Amino acid sequence: MTIVNYDPRLVKTKNPYPKGPNDWKRFFSFNTDAKVIGIQYIVTALFFLLIGGLLGMLIRGELITPPSDLFDPTVYNGLYTMHGTIMLFLFLFPILSGLTNLLVPPMIGAPDMAFPKLNALAFWLVPVFSIILLLSFFVPGGPASSGWWSYPPISIQNPLGKVLNGEMLWIIAISLSGISSIIGAVNFVTTIIRMRAPGMGFFKMPIFIWTVLAAQLLQLLGLPALTGGAIMLFFDLTFGTSFFRVEGGGDPVLFQHFFWFYSHPAVYVMVLPVFGIFSELFPVYSRKPLFGYKFVAVASFGITILSLVVWVHHMFYTGTPMWMRNLFMFTTMLIAVPTGVKVFAWIATLWGGNIRLSTPMLFCLGGLFNFIFGGITGVMLATVPVDIHVGNTYFVVAHFHYIIFNTIAFGIFAAIYHWFPKFTGKMFYEGLGKVHFALTFIGATLNWLPLHWAGLLGMPRRVASYDPEFAIWNVLASIGAFILGVASIPFILNMVSSWVRGKSAPPNPWKAIGLEWLLPSPPPHENFEEDIPTVLNEPYCYGLDKPFVEDEQFYIEKSLKKI
Amino acid sequence: MLTENQNLSLNHKPGHVKHDGHNMTGFIIFLCSESIIFFAFFVGYSVLKISAPVWYPAGINGIDIKMPLINTVILVSSSFVIYFAEKYLHKKNLWGFRIIWFITMIMGSYFVYGQYVEWSELTFSLQSGAFGGMFYLLTGFHGLHVITGILLMGLMLFRSFIPDNYKGGEMGVESVSLFWHFVDVIWIILFGLIYLWQ
Repeated sequence: MTIVNYDPRLVKTKNPYPKGPNDWKRFFSFNTDAKVIGIQYIVTALFFLLIGGLLGMLIRGELITPPSDLFDPTVYNGLYTMHGTIMLFLFLFPILSGLTNLLVPPMIGAPDMAFPKLNALAFWLVPVFSIILLLSFFVPGGPASSGWWSYPPISIQNPLGKVLNGEMLWIIAISLSGISSIIGAVNFVTTIIRMRAPGMGFFKMPIFIWTVLAAQLLQLLGLPALTGGAIMLFFDLTFGTSFFRVEGGGDPVLFQHFFWFYSHPAVYVMVLPVFGIFSELFPVYSRKPLFGYKFVAVASFGITILSLVVWVHHMFYTGTPMWMRNLFMFTTMLIAVPTGVKVFAWIATLWGGNIRLSTPMLFCLGGLFNFIFGGITGVMLATVPVDIHVGNTYFVVAHFHYIIFNTIAFGIFAAIYHWFPKFTGKMFYEGLGKVHFALTFIGATLNWLPLHWAGLLGMPRRVASYDPEFAIWNVLASIGAFILGVASIPFILNMVSSWVRGKSAPPNPWKAIGLEWLLPSPPPHENFEEDIPTVLNEPYCYGLDKPFVEDEQFYIEKSLKKI
Repeated sequence: MLTENQNLSLNHKPGHVKHDGHNMTGFIIFLCSESIIFFAFFVGYSVLKISAPVWYPAGINGIDIKMPLINTVILVSSSFVIYFAEKYLHKKNLWGFRIIWFITMIMGSYFVYGQYVEWSELTFSLQSGAFGGMFYLLTGFHGLHVITGILLMGLMLFRSFIPDNYKGGEMGVESVSLFWHFVDVIWIILFGLIYLWQ
C-alpha cells in the first residue's frame, strides 16, 4: 500500500491552467503555453479573415457591374492588394501556426514547444505587423497598391514622394511576418526532431506531423530569399538604390525570382498541413486505416523538394528563355505525382469505409473535391501555351482561390471543428456546423467556379471595370461572395456559444486514435508531463488488432478522471 | 485491496523522456536559414553582374584589393583563434579562455575598423547603380553580422565572470563560436564574389 502512495503517477495532475481554470486573461498576456498561443493565433487570424473577407466583398461589390462605379480605380488597387496580403499573411499563416501550435506537442507527446518564449514572441509579432499593415490605410497616398506580389517598377514608384508611404509599411509588415514565421519554423522543426514520445520513430509519426515538418523546412529554405528581396526593394524605395531599377543597371525580373522562389513554395507551406489534416480526418470518419501510410508520409517531402524548383512557372510571360519554360513546365507537372499519391490514398481510405458525415468530414470531403478541381486547373496552368493565353486573367484568380480558400480554408475549418472539443473541452453544435458547411460550399463554388469562364474568355484581373460580355459570370461570383459572407454568421455563433455554454466534451468524442486523444479535454498544462506513452504503431490502425501505445487502457482511464 | 484502477497503474511503466539541450539544434537550423538570405544576395549580385553591360560606376575600373585582403586574413585566422579559446574552456582553463576569446574580439573589431576605412576611401555610394547598391548591401549586411558576433562574444566574456556559469554546459560559447565560423565562411564567399571576380 505504501508503494501506491509514493507512486508519482497517482499524484494529482496539475491544474490545466495554473492561474485558474477560467482565467480568460491568459489569452491576452505573454503566455508561453503552446495551447494558449495556439488559440491566440487562431482567434486573431479569424478576426483578420473577417476583415480580409470584408475587403473581398467590397471588391465583388465593385465588380458586380461592368463600369467602375463603387470605388475610384486607385482605391480598388489598394483594396485587392490589401485583401491578398491580409488573407495570406494575417489569416492563413497565423491560423496554420495556431493549429500547429495546438496540435504538434500533444500529437508527439511533448509537454510544450522546444522554445516556449520564442513561441510567444512569434505570436506577439502578429498583432504588431497587423497594426502596421492596417495603419497604411491612413497614410497619405493610401495603402500599398501594387498587388500582393509588389512587383517593381510599380511598387517602387512612390508617386507622392513621401518617405512614409503605404508600400514602405507593407514591406516592413511583410518582413516582420517573415521574422515571426522563421522563429516559428525553427521552433516547430526542433520540437518535431527532438521531442517525440518514446517509440515514435519517423515512420510512426502522424501524417500531420510529417506535413508540418515538410512545410516548416520549406519556410526555412524559402522565406529568407523573400526577405532578401524585400530588403532590396526597401532600399530601392527608400534610399534610391538601383537593384530593380532598369535606369540604374538593375533588373526588375530579379525581384520576381526572389518573390516566387518563396511565394510559390509558400502555397505548399499552407497546403501541406491541410494535406495532413485530410490524412488525419479521413481514417477517423471512415473507420479505416490510412491507405499507404508510408507513401503519403514520404510524398510530403517529395512536394517540399519539387516545390523549390518550380517558381519560374509564374514568370512564363516575362521573357523567360524557351529552355527555362520547358524545364519549369516539366518540374511543375511533376508535382502532380506526389500530390496524386496523396489524393489516391485518401480516396482508397474512403473506399468501402463506414463514412460518418459529420461537420469536419463534410469540410474534408468538400475540400478534397475542390482540391482535385483546383489541381487539374493547376496542371492546365503549368502548360506554357495555356499559361501564356490565360496568364493574368481571372482563370488564374479562380484557380488560386480554389486552392487557397476552397481547399486550404476548408481543411482549416475541418480541423477547427475536429479538434474543437479537444482544446476547449466543449462540444460544438452539429446543426450549425452543417449550415456553415452548406453555405460555405455553395458560396465558394458560386464565387469561383464562374470566374474560370470569365478568365478563359479573357477577362483581365486587377481592373475595376470590364467589358459587359463578362457581366453574367461576375454577377454569379458576387452573389457567391456575399453568401460566403453570410456563412461566417453560423460559424461565429457556433464557436462562441458552444465555447461559452456547450456540452462538456469527453476525452475522445470521435473515437479517434492519436496521442492527443489519450489526454483529457482540455489537455492539462504540460500534456503528459513525465508520463509519456510509448508509441507502438502509427495512429491509423482502425479495425486492426494492433495496439497504438503501451498500456493504452491506463491512459484512457487516466484521461477520463476529472482533474 | 487495490481497486482496478490502481491495479492498472501499478502495472504501468511510465515512459521518461529527457527534453533538454535542443538549443543548439534550433541555433543550427536558424543559421542554415540565415545563410539563405546571403545566398539570395550572392545570386542577385551574380545575376546583375553577368547581365550588366557596364558593371562599375563611371570612373571606376575595379576596387582595391589590398585592404580587404588583410581583413580577410585577420577574419579567417580569428576563426582558428576562437577554436583555441573553446579548447581552453573545455580544459577548464578559464583565464586562458578569456584571453584568447578577447583576442578574437580584437581581431573582429579590427575587421570592422578595416571595413570602415575602406568604405570611407571609396568614391562611389549606395546610389551608384546596381554595383554600388550591391557592394554596400553585401559588405554592410555582413558587417552587421560581424558586429553582432563581437557583441555576443562580449556578452559571453562578461558571463564567464559569473561563478559556476559553465556548470550547465557551454552552449552559449559554442553557439557564438559557430556563429563566428558562419560569418567567416560567408566572408570568404563574399570576398571571392566582390574582390576576386572583377
